[in-house]
Amino acid sequence: MAWMAWTLPTALFFAAIAAGLVAMTVFELVRPTIPRRGLLPLVTSRGDRFFISLLVSAFIHAGWLGITELPVYMASIGCLVLGGLLMRFG
Amino acid sequence: MQANTNKAWLGVLPVVLLVAFSAVIPLMTVVNYSVQDIFDVQTRVFVGFDWYRETLRDPRFVDALLRQILFSSLILVIEIPLGIVLARGLPREGRLLPLLLVLLAVPLLIPWNVVGMIWQIFARPDIGLLGAAVNAAGFDYNFTGVVTDAWVTLIAMDVWHWTSLVTLLTFAGLTAIPGACYQAAMLDDASRWQVFWYVEFPRIRSVLVIAVLLRLMDSLMIYTEPFVLTGGGPGNATTFLSQYLTSMAVGQFDVGPAAAFSVLYFLVILLLCWLFYTSVMGSSKGPDPYDEDGL
Repeated sequence: MAWMAWTLPTALFFAAIAAGLVAMTVFELVRPTIPRRGLLPLVTSRGDRFFISLLVSAFIHAGWLGITELPVYMASIGCLVLGGLLMRFG
Repeated sequence: MQANTNKAWLGVLPVVLLVAFSAVIPLMTVVNYSVQDIFDVQTRVFVGFDWYRETLRDPRFVDALLRQILFSSLILVIEIPLGIVLARGLPREGRLLPLLLVLLAVPLLIPWNVVGMIWQIFARPDIGLLGAAVNAAGFDYNFTGVVTDAWVTLIAMDVWHWTSLVTLLTFAGLTAIPGACYQAAMLDDASRWQVFWYVEFPRIRSVLVIAVLLRLMDSLMIYTEPFVLTGGGPGNATTFLSQYLTSMAVGQFDVGPAAAFSVLYFLVILLLCWLFYTSVMGSSKGPDPYDEDGL
């Protein structure tokens, strides 16, 4: 894959996303989602909340990079926590 | 008898492979390039989030983004209501209708760079019909030199080019409304506004969502028309995201920063479209289109 200039970090990143999608699919087959309304002001399914978590994480990272000089892993940890909260209570 | 299986999903596989080849993997490649400084295939350095940091702190990026949002908001605010008004004004039947529909479709058929060219000549203060007329009317109008004039011209051009799309979509939605609904509204002595809001709007809402999404997406990636009309000027006053991106990716061949820029650009579009789609489709405001007693 060298000709496409892949790097280990990007491979890991996409593997994580792919694993997330596969896990969500399996979870959905085992226990189908019931759309509900939680803390977010809209009715969401589990997949919606996953998408929202990913999108919010992307923007938090972008904001972090744009504003602070602090290391990025701090934002990533925050996003993981927030993603968990969104999936559970969102 | 065979129970239900999910084997039909295998039929979708070719599409999945095609989309992966043509869309998903290229997008992944862009993400991959955005974290590297690439000189050539062999010479490349992993730089982490440096390009993102640089892009997000680049005042020209922020300015282009703000201009982009302003432009898209302005054209939506003008084109959607105008398109609805025009569609409501069209006759529902008769000999005139096909002619009007063809006339409305004409701007949509013109290639985008030709639209830019038409307006560039049309708006010139010396030889252009519009430019000369506006100047003769007493306004000091020059779209190549004055920022406001450039913006007004650009927005007028987009409205000229794309309002027809909104009109035609809305018209298609309106013709699908059964006449009985209008008769019921007439019996109830509904005003024009009430007819629109309670009879028409709920039934054309999904068509309008498509119209707004199409216009939003298209205006967010506008490139050709401003490129031909103003070239991004005066100064950078009409340089939108795609133009700035092109100057980086093609002009300077900075693949890494351009890739980071593209990812951010994509995120902005994704967010706006998602916000818009969920807010329109998810909102239970407005009357229920299937509630026939809703008048």
